Amino acid sequence: MNRTYELMFIVRPDMTDEDLDKLISTLQSAVPSAGGNLVKIEKMGKRRLAYTVRRFHDGIYVLLVVEGGGPVIHELERRLRVTEPVIKFLTVRIDEEQKRLDKIKKIRDARKKVSAQPAAAGGEGAATPAAEAPATA
Amino acid sequence: MADETKAPEQSAAPERPRSEGPRSDRPGGDRPRFGGGGRGPGGPRESGGRKFFRRKKVCKFCVEKIEDINYKDYRLLGQFVAESGKIVPRRLTGVCAPHQHRLSSAIKQARNIALLPFAGRAS
Repeated sequence: MNRTYELMFIVRPDMTDEDLDKLISTLQSAVPSAGGNLVKIEKMGKRRLAYTVRRFHDGIYVLLVVEGGGPVIHELERRLRVTEPVIKFLTVRIDEEQKRLDKIKKIRDARKKVSAQPAAAGGEGAATPAAEAPATA
Repeated sequence: MADETKAPEQSAAPERPRSEGPRSDRPGGDRPRFGGGGRGPGGPRESGGRKFFRRKKVCKFCVEKIEDINYKDYRLLGQFVAESGKIVPRRLTGVCAPHQHRLSSAIKQARNIALLPFAGRAS
């Protein structure tokens, strides 16, 4: 069961960088023990929230990309839930969407190559009569 | 509702060329059409007397070939959210059905993580 998930969570804005790093490293260590694989960590920085969450107007957004099955997500969500500074989190499965996008990209690239080849051939064809034209004139 | 407003428009259209001469009856004749035109988007409907062409709406995602409708891209999603925070229906935006489907789920995910508001403007 190899699935890819995206975990986005918001921590309270008054958290220091060291604390945030500590929090992320604890989550990081929890992933392999649950049988997963952490692909990416991205700190998206501080952002104004669209609505108040636990009386906070701002929050620091963090994004994790995790590979693994359900138990990994279960463990991570449990940890996020019990961690006090985390005010909101969202998990989205992204592998199927990614697969769909890759497929579309492949089709588009293939189409591009097909359209590029006749254009190049046409260019050569056009060049030779142009070279002959002065000779006849 | 839609039928009521459509009826006078359709009946008014054949009359249009004939009423070209006497201009005095125009404002009265225009009234129902104007109300009907203002309420809905509709397709590229040509209204006779007034030279007014409604541009055909096209799906932004199809035209610009945006395939990845992601909840993180709140700027893109924000274009399809009304001031009140509601998702704008596709009869107003012209987004095609498959893309509207993805769009609406992305907006709902973005709301969940406080990137977009549930109601009202993003503060």
